[in-house]
Formats: sequence, structure tokens, C-alpha cells
Amino acid sequence: MWAAALAVAVLLALPAVLSGYAVTIFILIFFYAFLAQAWNVVGGYAGQLSAGHAAFVGVGGYTAALLFERGVTPWIGMFAGGALAAVLGAIIGYLGFRFGLRGFYFVLLTVAFAEICRILASNVEAVGGAVGLYITFTGNPRQFQFQDQRAYYYIALALMLLATGVTALIERRRFGIYLTAIREDETACEALGVDVLKYKLLAMIVSSFLAGLGGTFYAFQNFSLQPGAVFGIPLSVEIVIRPIIGGAGTLLGPILGSFILTPLGEVSRSYFGQSGLHGAHLIVYGVLLVAVVLFLPQGAYPYLRKLLSRRNIA
Amino acid sequence: MAVGLTLIFGVMRVVNFAHGDMMVWGMYLAFVLATRAGLDPYLAFPVCAVALFALGVVVQRGLVDPIIEAPHEMQILLMLGVALVLENTALLIFGPEPARVRSPLARLAWEVGPLYVDVARLVTFAVAVVLTLALSLFLYRTDLGRLIRASADNHYGALVIGADVRRIYATAFGIGAACVGAAGALVSPILPFQPPTGLSLSVTSFNIVIIGGMGSLVGAFIGGLLVSVAESLGAVFLRPSLKELFSFSLLIVILLFRPAGLFGKRTP
Repeated sequence: MWAAALAVAVLLALPAVLSGYAVTIFILIFFYAFLAQAWNVVGGYAGQLSAGHAAFVGVGGYTAALLFERGVTPWIGMFAGGALAAVLGAIIGYLGFRFGLRGFYFVLLTVAFAEICRILASNVEAVGGAVGLYITFTGNPRQFQFQDQRAYYYIALALMLLATGVTALIERRRFGIYLTAIREDETACEALGVDVLKYKLLAMIVSSFLAGLGGTFYAFQNFSLQPGAVFGIPLSVEIVIRPIIGGAGTLLGPILGSFILTPLGEVSRSYFGQSGLHGAHLIVYGVLLVAVVLFLPQGAYPYLRKLLSRRNIA
Repeated sequence: MAVGLTLIFGVMRVVNFAHGDMMVWGMYLAFVLATRAGLDPYLAFPVCAVALFALGVVVQRGLVDPIIEAPHEMQILLMLGVALVLENTALLIFGPEPARVRSPLARLAWEVGPLYVDVARLVTFAVAVVLTLALSLFLYRTDLGRLIRASADNHYGALVIGADVRRIYATAFGIGAACVGAAGALVSPILPFQPPTGLSLSVTSFNIVIIGGMGSLVGAFIGGLLVSVAESLGAVFLRPSLKELFSFSLLIVILLFRPAGLFGKRTP
């Protein structure tokens, strides 16, 4: 508990000493940790591997951006986007869980929905078509726009803490225990009288709502939304890979995963990108993913914790 | 190429997300052979098949084998990692520009009544049919083929009767990859390709396999036809950019109501 408070205090104080570039990297770390944590609720705890979380980010971002064009502040649009993303999550979840799609079949269902969203978004002119949406910069904090990158830093940090708080709350309640039980043995769970469909669906709704909130942040930090970038499979991969490497189904796993992968990805992207070698950061991701699956199937966080506790005993 | 995927999945229940990327490697191999050695892709495809067979065996032996008993999710993630590595290595080596292999065949067309038939497409189609037939003969008429199907049906049972299941898995994975390599070489003159093509190819071939039915060769073939017809009709009647919408909607409907696919026998 004290360690967590200390970590938050350090993170709060950090922007004062960091360079602009470092602040940007931290924003990305927090943002991806936030999305990873959102995914963790359904993918990690409930064990339902969704590979279409980009769809929720996209729906959230588009909703907020379109409402903004009609004069609604993103501070409200954010929650509208989250709600719509949650509706989509409920639809996907209901179809997938009601028809009993497990494992690989659920993965494909989520991918198919995300791809349909992407195709629709790039073909409907009312939402910007293939060009996407651009947000005019006003620099007005009431419109979720800030001159200072540090404002985004604190918002991203707050989002990450929010998602982690929600996850911690879930973990401690009966709800979280049900989810873990579903992951470990769904059939046994059902036999014991747990309403599996209801809890999986709830997990999906919480998860997609959070990811939808993230969409607004994405839109108003980048000032643009492209269908390929926010609905595409690459973003879904970015979201899935962090909790897997950090440790899916643990509270701190997604955060650790993001602290490992985001700087690695950014540094190798800019380092190799300069010499015209694109895609190097994805090779790094791929190798790490293979290594984690082969050698640390639980993820990095449980391994670290085991290492630390062993040292304490000795 | 869906045939290759259905073999890998049917036998080992391993979901190969690296499928499309392996195909892109087949394409680039054909590209290199054509530009450096002047080998026509229609002649080079066996070379690509052999190379991809080796790649498949290596991936299977080194990476999939140790976790063959692990839950499905882990294998999906493993192959996702392999896919990322393959795709971006191709990007590093060949760059992001779309490539296309030139073949004198690709410029020919036959006039059949009111229609022009593209010779290149015809040859590709014919080779695909022959390969599918050969593969099903292999699976149903030879001892090794029977062993592959036996291990697919019952891993434990195959072990009991003394089959070297690990070797069979490696062979099956290799053959699956070889099909993809051949397919990649064959379509390289028709389809311009670049490293990210792999992802969309993987997604398309999953569509085909799910719609046709996991583990069924006929299903994979018919699924392939169905998806391409649905996409072409969509492109004609609506906008070309909307064509994928049809195959994905079809995929969702099939997933929900007939998850074993149109020609699949087993329920998942």
C-alpha cells in the first residue's frame, strides 16, 4: 500500500523534471496501461481473449469527436462515447457468450466486429470516411484541449489510476472471484450455479466502457481520428500484448507491461525509423511475445513477485 | 492457402496467426527468384513450397511443440508473436513499397465467347485445384496421411498405437506451410503485395476456413469460392471498399449459428 502511494507521488511530481519528449513517452505509457487494464478485466480476469478492443476505442473517440463538432464538450462526450462503446461491448459479448463461443472462436468474433467497424467508419462520409476526422485546435481546457502536454500527462495518469482502481475493486469483490473462477473452469462454475453469462457480460461492459473513455483521450490528444488507426487490428494487438507480457489477470501486470513495452517500442521506433528501418519495434514485440509465451506463461509480474518473495525469505 | 490452414488447425488445433505472413514470405521468395534468377513464378512455386515447408517444421519443432499441451490462448499469442516477427522482418528487408512479380503469362488472355479469361488466374486456379486434390489423396490414401488424420482425431490414441506424434505434427505443419508458400508464389503475379498484406491475408483465410468448416478440405475450397464471390458481388453492387463487409458479416453469422462451418463435422 505504501509502495503504491509512493509510486503515485513520484509520478505526480515527475513532469517537473522531465523533458518534453519524456513527458510524451510517459503519456503513452499511461494511456496504453489504461487500455491494457481495461482489457485485463475481460481478457485477464475472465479469460475471454478479445482481439477487437480497438473497436471500443474507436467508437468512443468517434462519438466524442462528432459530438464536439455539434458543440458538446468532450468532457461529456467522453462518457457518451464510453456508453456507446459499452453498448457495442454488450452486443458482442451477448452474441459471443450466449452462443457459447470460446477460445479462438471468440477471438475471431471480436476481430470480425472490429473490422466491420473499421470498414463502416472508412466508408460512411458522415463520420469522415477514409480520411477520418480532424479536430480544430482551440487550446481551451473546457474542450479537452490543452496547450501544455503536462495536462495530458495528468489526465492519462488519472485514467490509468481509475482503471486500476476499478479493477482492484472488482478483484476484491465476489464479482472478481467469479470471473477468475470462470477463467479457470467455466463448466464447473456453471455447475455450481454461477450465472456465467451475466458475469462475463458485465466484465465485457466494464471493459468496453473504459476503453471507450480512452477513445476520447486519443482523439483529443492527437486531434485526429483515422479509421485504420483507431479501429485497426494493430491497435488491438498493442492493447492485448501489454497485459500478456506484464501478466494477465493481475492488478499490476498491465501497468508493468506498458512500462516495459511502450518505451521499448517508442525508442526502437524512433531509433530504427531514422535509418529508414520501419517495423523494428514490432519485431521486438513479436520476439518478446514468443519468449513470454514459452518461458513465462504467467507474465512478468507474477514472476517478479515470486523472485522478490523468495529473496525476502532467504 | 486456406487448405494449408485447415490442415494445420485440423491436425493440431493450433491456430496459425502467422499464416498470411508465411504467404507473403512465399511471395517475396518468388519475387527474389524472379528478379535475381529470372525464374518464372509459375515454375518457382515448388521451390517456395519446399522453403516454407522447412520454415513450418522449424516453427513447429522449436516453438509450438513445447507448448502443445498449453491452452489454446497461449498458442494464439505465440503465433501472433511469430506473425509480428515475420511481417516486420519482411518490412525491414524488402521495404514498404508494394511489389509485383512479372510473368509473361500474366499478360495473356484468352477470349472465350464474350468473356476474356485471364490465363494467369486460370493457371492459378487449376494449380489450386490440383494441389487440393493431391492433398486429399495424400491424407486419405497414404499411411502418413492416415497417421496425420489419426493424430488429429485422437492424440492419445495415436500415441498408444505407436505413432511418432511429434514428427507427424511437424510434417503436417510443414505441409500446411508449404501449401501457403506455393499459393504465395502462384498469386504473386496477380496480386501486388507488401509486408502488411500478410495480416489481411491471415484474416481472409480465417474467414474462409471458418465459413467452410475447420478441418475439412472441401470446406476450405468451397469457403474460398464463397468468400470471393460474396466479396465480388459486394464490390459490384455497392462500393469496392465495402466488399470486406460481406465476408465479415458472413463470418459472424456462421460463427453464431454454425460454428463448425458449412462442411465441418465436429462441433467445436
